[in-house]
Amino acid sequence: MTEPLVTPSRSGTMLRDAALVLGKDLRLELRSRVIINQVLPFAVLVLVLFAFALDPDRRILTQATPGLFWLAVLFSTLLALQRSFGVEAADGVTDALRLSGLDPAGIFLGKAAGIAVHLLALEVVLGLGVTLFYGATPHGPVLLVATCVAATAGLAAVGTLYGVLSAGMRVRDTLLPLLMLPVVAPVLIAATQAFAAAYDKTSGEGWRWFGLLAVFGLLYLAIGIFAFEPLLEES
Amino acid sequence: MNTDTKGPGSGAGLFRVYPGGTASRGSRTFGIVLAIATAVFLAFALLWSPPDSGANASENQMGEMVRIMYIHVPVANACYLAFFVTALGSVMYLWKKTDGWDLLAAASAEVGVVFTVLTLATGSIWGHIAWGTWWEWDARLTSTLLMLVVYLGYLALRRAILDPVVRAQRAAIVGLIAFANVPIVHYSVTWWRGLHQQATISRFDPTIDGLKLFSLLFGMLVGVGFYVWLMMHRFRLEYAEAKLESKGLDVALAERRAEAMADTAVDTTGGTLIGPKGTN
Repeated sequence: MTEPLVTPSRSGTMLRDAALVLGKDLRLELRSRVIINQVLPFAVLVLVLFAFALDPDRRILTQATPGLFWLAVLFSTLLALQRSFGVEAADGVTDALRLSGLDPAGIFLGKAAGIAVHLLALEVVLGLGVTLFYGATPHGPVLLVATCVAATAGLAAVGTLYGVLSAGMRVRDTLLPLLMLPVVAPVLIAATQAFAAAYDKTSGEGWRWFGLLAVFGLLYLAIGIFAFEPLLEES
Repeated sequence: MNTDTKGPGSGAGLFRVYPGGTASRGSRTFGIVLAIATAVFLAFALLWSPPDSGANASENQMGEMVRIMYIHVPVANACYLAFFVTALGSVMYLWKKTDGWDLLAAASAEVGVVFTVLTLATGSIWGHIAWGTWWEWDARLTSTLLMLVVYLGYLALRRAILDPVVRAQRAAIVGLIAFANVPIVHYSVTWWRGLHQQATISRFDPTIDGLKLFSLLFGMLVGVGFYVWLMMHRFRLEYAEAKLESKGLDVALAERRAEAMADTAVDTTGGTLIGPKGTN
């Protein structure tokens, strides 16, 4: 009798739940500003430290810009993940999420989207940073943006998967990098190569790498959508 | 009574916990056969098969160096087999939810890590002789190293979770992802190196025939034999550990209960509030 007139489809509820979780995470960030006040400065600091390690020789720094950019993104991803799942571990939010009746796949997509939004903001700042500090003039804006989007999707999907896996463990902070970094190694390789191609104005090569990134992102998004339910159940 | 083992395929034999250790008559016989086979194999690999030189040599002309191939290839083969079994155990656990599959995946990952380290070590020794460097950023070496780290992470995750059900569930998912990741890493690393240099001379596939081919195939068989033998022991140990874990909990509960009973028995006159006084 209380059944809704139109039963929303599975994918409909999934996306609605994802939007709810994403909204929650973004609101949390707007109020606490941990990513803006802590992770963002950390990412810029990493760029400065790279300059110390490699000597402020513009030639080397410009040449290594794609790799350094993505390494900085990777390190910041770890921090953003620890923040994102630290929030869930405290006060039993994971149980609350499970009891809320939200679609697990929706929770996964929402968490991943939250991390992706944070990462994209970070990438904008880091992009400005390498242009300013390393003197790397960007070319091929379409390829750069596409690479950022595809690589971020892959990082966010893998990160969310491993984030919830290691959530609530005492060794979470040390285990997460060990689990995640070797798996996202292809993202580092492909994104670096795509950026290098864009900076060298040889975009043709770069699109191949973009293809790899897109496949990686879609694959792990699919794995996350299917694997999240058993993961939430048992935690 | 515990001497009957029906071989690696039979659950009854494998699931039995032996009081004297992880060996049974079956695994002992298998071990002796394996030891003899290893001795014969080493004779083939090190003495009887010809060096890679002269008229029948392959294009790479590896000379005596070719002999490390007889160890390296079987060991690498066994590590892929081991990780395949881990993935299989993970899938089957997610499907059937029986502990045996989880234990199989865990045991196989551990044995696989040992074989991967041996693969990297023998590959590195070969590289030192062939290229003059212990490490080359070759596609195969690099992706094997990454695979090793992924499975070290798998084992670390297993150690970090105490609840057996949660551990099995999460490990199964990581075991699956780890296996799915192998081709992605291999593909991307090959592509990455391919852009900078063409195929290096790391290829271990010279055209071989006759005694050399026989030694290699025999070595593969011995490598798989070692994997099976190690797995028999590791699996039984894993199973015994799991039993001890659950038994340990029962024993601790019983001890605690006995303590509580003793306390109440002593404390009959005091009338304190501690202990389930008067309960059965």
